[in-house]
Amino acid sequence: MPEPSFLARERTVAEPGYNRWLVPPAALAVHLCIGQAYSLSVFSLPMSRLLGVTDPAPGDWPMTTTVWMFNLAFAALGASAFIWGKWLERVGPRRAMFVAALCFASGFFIAAAGISLHRLPLLYAGFVVYGVGLGLGYISPVSTLIKWFPDRPGMATGMAIMGFGGGALIGAPLAQNLMDHFKTASSVGVAPTFVTMGILYFLFMTFGVVTVRVPPPDYCPERYSPPTSTEKLVTTANVTADEAIKTRQFWLLWAVLCLNVTAGIGVLSQASPMIQEMFQGRVNAGAAAGFVGFISIFNLLGRFFWSSVSDYLGRKATYTVYFALGTALYCLVPTLGRLGSITFFVGAFGIIFTMYGGGFATIPAYLRDIFGVLQVGAIHGRLLTAWSVAAIVGPTLLTYLRQYQVAHGVAKTEAYTATMYIMAGLLVVGLVCNTLVTAVDERRHVKG
Amino acid sequence: MAENPPKKSSIAALVFAWAFALSPLLWGVFQTLKKAAALFR
Repeated sequence: MPEPSFLARERTVAEPGYNRWLVPPAALAVHLCIGQAYSLSVFSLPMSRLLGVTDPAPGDWPMTTTVWMFNLAFAALGASAFIWGKWLERVGPRRAMFVAALCFASGFFIAAAGISLHRLPLLYAGFVVYGVGLGLGYISPVSTLIKWFPDRPGMATGMAIMGFGGGALIGAPLAQNLMDHFKTASSVGVAPTFVTMGILYFLFMTFGVVTVRVPPPDYCPERYSPPTSTEKLVTTANVTADEAIKTRQFWLLWAVLCLNVTAGIGVLSQASPMIQEMFQGRVNAGAAAGFVGFISIFNLLGRFFWSSVSDYLGRKATYTVYFALGTALYCLVPTLGRLGSITFFVGAFGIIFTMYGGGFATIPAYLRDIFGVLQVGAIHGRLLTAWSVAAIVGPTLLTYLRQYQVAHGVAKTEAYTATMYIMAGLLVVGLVCNTLVTAVDERRHVKG
Repeated sequence: MAENPPKKSSIAALVFAWAFALSPLLWGVFQTLKKAAALFR
């Protein structure tokens, strides 16, 4: 009988004595790469002058056109996580991570070809393939980590998802340095930057592919005794992905994620102009970029901090904190703006963004608690459609509300007041949805 | 499993894996902090 392929699940089963702490770096390697997606906006300006180089020329793609590469990538993320979640559970994390790395890198190469040939459909096709890499890469280590860390599922998945938050911190300066290196009098250097990033990211993700291991079927960490009976909201049973999406609990958690992300991503998309307009004359473009970097670091830290805290507080209580504290802080922001306190304003958003990141990082463990570990990766994949929706609704809502306020004579310094109250309102709805989450009916459980 | 005794992953492998995964992140955080400092100048 031939030996199974290196990518096969059977070849990834850990040998006795394997140290489970080697698995989170494998997951981090993948998430740090795909998190680059958050920094795609760094290409917006250079890509609007691919032909003109110094200024946009006739035939150059406007930013309203290139912004679709971002939208397509995130739509493909949600779709691929939804479609291939069950395949991923079947074939194991190594093959899924490898396909994710291939798609992610190929997406860069196809997009680079699109730029070199100046073919927009090719550019878009590249970002669809890139988005498939995002979706598969995002969910591939989740169920593996949960199985390795049944005693700390929140912390374990938080470590990986923290990487996604950190990806932008690496991707933005890396892209900027590469474009500075490759630019010439006749090129802005985006295409060779894409090719270089594709190669670098593929190699880095390969580290995760090679090192990832799944635990043996009967694995149990030392000094951990699995719960013998179903605790409130932490099940020992399993629900399949197909069955999960028929439950009220799935859609409540979908709403919980969507509302938490909508509020945060809306602010994130407008953070730079918002702080400049609320503190006119005191915060310039450079300092506003610093503000964006600052909240990105808090987003990163929150992913690890809150998901780890959720192992002690419980998932439902942790989301209650996100929504209750988030509501209070969003309501406080206009007052802090009026008081002119940049430090408190930045501090409030720092805390808000720890909870934005925490919302992403805690959801896989919440799903495990409610639906069991059997197909948690696939269920997580299906829930990520909430993120795709929020990524469109959040920024649109915030931009539209601001424009509406300004058009109706509201001063720019005050234009975000109503917006912040509406964001707080979204979080109140999220709080209600979270409160309604209960255990899944036993009839939905996998028998036997 | 007597003929296949448990193989302990070495501390070196753990240190390498974590250093490899975290070093680009620390570089990114440092780059971002340099930019974020402009906010409080």
